[in-house]
Amino acid sequence: MSDTAPFTPVIAGAAATNAPAPSTPRNVPNRGGAANPTAEALRAKFGSAIGRVDVVWGETTVIVDKARFSEIAQWLHDDPSQRYDLLADVTAVEFRDPEQPLEVVWHLRSLPFRRFLRLKVQLDKSQKLSVPSVWSIWKSADWIERECFDMFGITFEGHPDLRRILMWEQYKEGFPLRKDFPLRGRFSRSEQLRQALAANPEARYSMEELSIAQAYEDLPDEMRRRLSAGEKTGE
Amino acid sequence: MATTKRTVEVELSTTGLDAQGRPQRVPLVSDEGGNVLTMEAPPGIEPDFNGEHMLINIGPQHPATHGVLRLVLELDGETVVRCIPHVGYLHCGFEKIGEYRQYNQIIPWTDREDYLNSPGNNVAFALGAERLFGIEITERCKVLRVITCELSRIMSHLVWAGTTCIDIGAFTPFLWMFYQREAIYKLLEDWVGARLTTTITRVGGMAADIPDGWVDQLKHFTRTFPKTMSEVDRVVTRNGIWVGRTVGLGVMNPDEAVNYGLTGPMLRASGVAYDVRKDFPYLDYETYDFEVPIGSSGDVYDRYLVRMEEMRQSIRIIEQAIARLSDGPVNIDDHRVVLPPKSKATSDMESMIHHFKQVMEGPRPPIGESYVAVESPKGEKGYYMVSDGTSKPVRWRIRPPSFVNLSAIPKMVEGHLLSDVIAINASIDIVMGEIDR
Repeated sequence: MSDTAPFTPVIAGAAATNAPAPSTPRNVPNRGGAANPTAEALRAKFGSAIGRVDVVWGETTVIVDKARFSEIAQWLHDDPSQRYDLLADVTAVEFRDPEQPLEVVWHLRSLPFRRFLRLKVQLDKSQKLSVPSVWSIWKSADWIERECFDMFGITFEGHPDLRRILMWEQYKEGFPLRKDFPLRGRFSRSEQLRQALAANPEARYSMEELSIAQAYEDLPDEMRRRLSAGEKTGE
Repeated sequence: MATTKRTVEVELSTTGLDAQGRPQRVPLVSDEGGNVLTMEAPPGIEPDFNGEHMLINIGPQHPATHGVLRLVLELDGETVVRCIPHVGYLHCGFEKIGEYRQYNQIIPWTDREDYLNSPGNNVAFALGAERLFGIEITERCKVLRVITCELSRIMSHLVWAGTTCIDIGAFTPFLWMFYQREAIYKLLEDWVGARLTTTITRVGGMAADIPDGWVDQLKHFTRTFPKTMSEVDRVVTRNGIWVGRTVGLGVMNPDEAVNYGLTGPMLRASGVAYDVRKDFPYLDYETYDFEVPIGSSGDVYDRYLVRMEEMRQSIRIIEQAIARLSDGPVNIDDHRVVLPPKSKATSDMESMIHHFKQVMEGPRPPIGESYVAVESPKGEKGYYMVSDGTSKPVRWRIRPPSFVNLSAIPKMVEGHLLSDVIAINASIDIVMGEIDR
C-alpha cells in the first residue's frame, strides 16, 4: 500500500561477525582496560592530530586537534572499517576550575561494529569558542549543536542555522550552562519580569516566517523596518 | 422509504478504500447530478490565492501537539511546503540545576523530564551514577529494575497509542489503554507511594523493596494486559480509517533515519534493528529472551506496529524477570553510598556518621565521566555525567531521544497534507518535558 518499496533490514553489529555477543559490562576498572580499536586506527591515520586516549570506566575518549576535527569526523563516518553512522550527542563540559579548558564532547556510535567512541576537543576559554560543525556529515547534529550553542555560546562553524533553540531569540542574559552564569540568572527577578511583560507579542513569528504569507503589507511599520534591515528571527 | 437508524450506521461505518488503501475523498462541492464542481474562478476574474503560500501556526497550546510544541507551517493549498518547529517553552534548566545537587537529589529531576517514563529515567540515571561510582548492584536489584523499565515502557507506549488514536479519530482504544495504564500506576503506587513522579531508584539500589503480594498483582497484570492488546489490535490495526491515515506517511528510509539520529521505535520502524538492550546491554538484558520488532517501510503505520509488538515483548521480559526474582538484599552493602537503615542510624555510632555524611555532604564519586544509554520508550536515552571528585556533578547531560527524533519533523512532513502533520507528529512520540528539559 505504501508508495515505496520495503526496505531491507539493517542489523546492528552485522559488520563485526566474529565479535563476541555483547554483554552487560561488569567490574569495569576506573582507568585502563581495553580501548576501542578505533583509537589505534585514528592514531595511525592522523598521527599528531590525536592527543590523549583515555579509557575511563570502559569508555574510550579520544582528544583530537580542533584544526583537523572535520577531517577526522568525516573519516570516522566514511571509512569502511569504522562506520560511525550514528551521532548520539554533542555537548560541552566546563569545569569548575577556571584554569581547565572547556571541552566539546561528541558521542559516536558505530552500529555495524557495535562501537562507542567519545571525541573531545579542548577549547581555550580566552579565545573565541568555536569548533567545526558536523551537520554536513550527520544531520542529527542540527538541533543538538544549536542547543550547545544556546547553552554554552560555542559557535559551530558551518552550521546552516545556528540560533538559540531552548531560550528565546532575544535572550540577553548570556549562556546558561557556563559556570560564570548564576543559577537564578544574571538579571534580577524584577528585570526578568519587566522584560517578559515588555515582550512584543506581535513578534511571535520570525521575520522569515512572515515573509511566507504575503502578510508583509499588513505588518506594523516597526516590524517592516526590522525585516528590511535583514533581521531573520523575531522569536 | 424512511431510513432507519441502523441503515445510516451501516452506511457511515462502511469505509471506501481506493486502490492505494486510502479512504476515498468525498468531493464537498457537487451539483445535483453528482458531478464534482471545480473551484475555478469565473472567467475574467483573477483568483487572489493563485500561487500564494499560506502561513499557519499550530500550537504551542494545541492538544494535537502533545505538549507545548509549536509548528509554523508554510502551506501551498493544503500541502506542507516547509515546517519550522519551535521548542523551548518548557525549558526549566534541569542540567543547570543538576550541577547544584547531589547525585541522589538529581533523581527526582529525572522524573520530570520524560514524565511518561519516569521509572525508566530513574533507572537510567542510577545506572549512569553507579558507573561513575564504580558500583556493582545486587542481583535482585537488577531484576527489579528490569521489571521497572519494562513496566514504564508499556506505560509510555500506552499513552502514545491512546493519544495517537485520539489524534486520528478513535476514542475507545484510548479509554482501554488508559485503564491498563492505571493498573501500572496502581502497582507503582503500592511500591513507592507515587504515581507519576516515582523516584524509584537510589544510587546503589532502589528506594524500597517491593511490598508483600506485589508480585501477585504484577502477575495479574501480565495475565490481563494481553487481552487489552488483542482488543486494541482487533479494533485498530486493520481499521480502514487508521490504515488510510497512517500508511505511507512520514517515511524515513534506513540511511536517513540513522543519519538524522533517530532512535527507538522510530528507527526500528525504518528497518534498522538497533536496540540498546541488545547492542549495548545493561542490567543483563542479554540473558532475557525477547525479540526486537522492526518495520519494513518506515511510515507512521510501521511505528504503530513496532510499538504494539514492543509492549508484547515487554510482557515477555517481565514474565521472565518474575521467574528469576530471587531473595536477597536490594541495596548494596556500602553505607558510604547507600543510607544505613534508620533504626541503625539512631542506635549505632558508625551508622549515624554515615547517615550524617551522606545527608549533609553526599557520596563522592572518583574523578571521571560516564555516558550510560538505555533503551527508553522514545529511543536511546543517555545520561552523561562528569565528576571532579566532589559530591555534585560538574556536568549532567541528558541525551533526549525525542528531541533528536523531533528534529527530523521538517524532513518528514514536507509534501504531506496538513492533516497528516498531526499523524506524523503523533508518531514521533514526543514528550515536551524531555525536549525542553
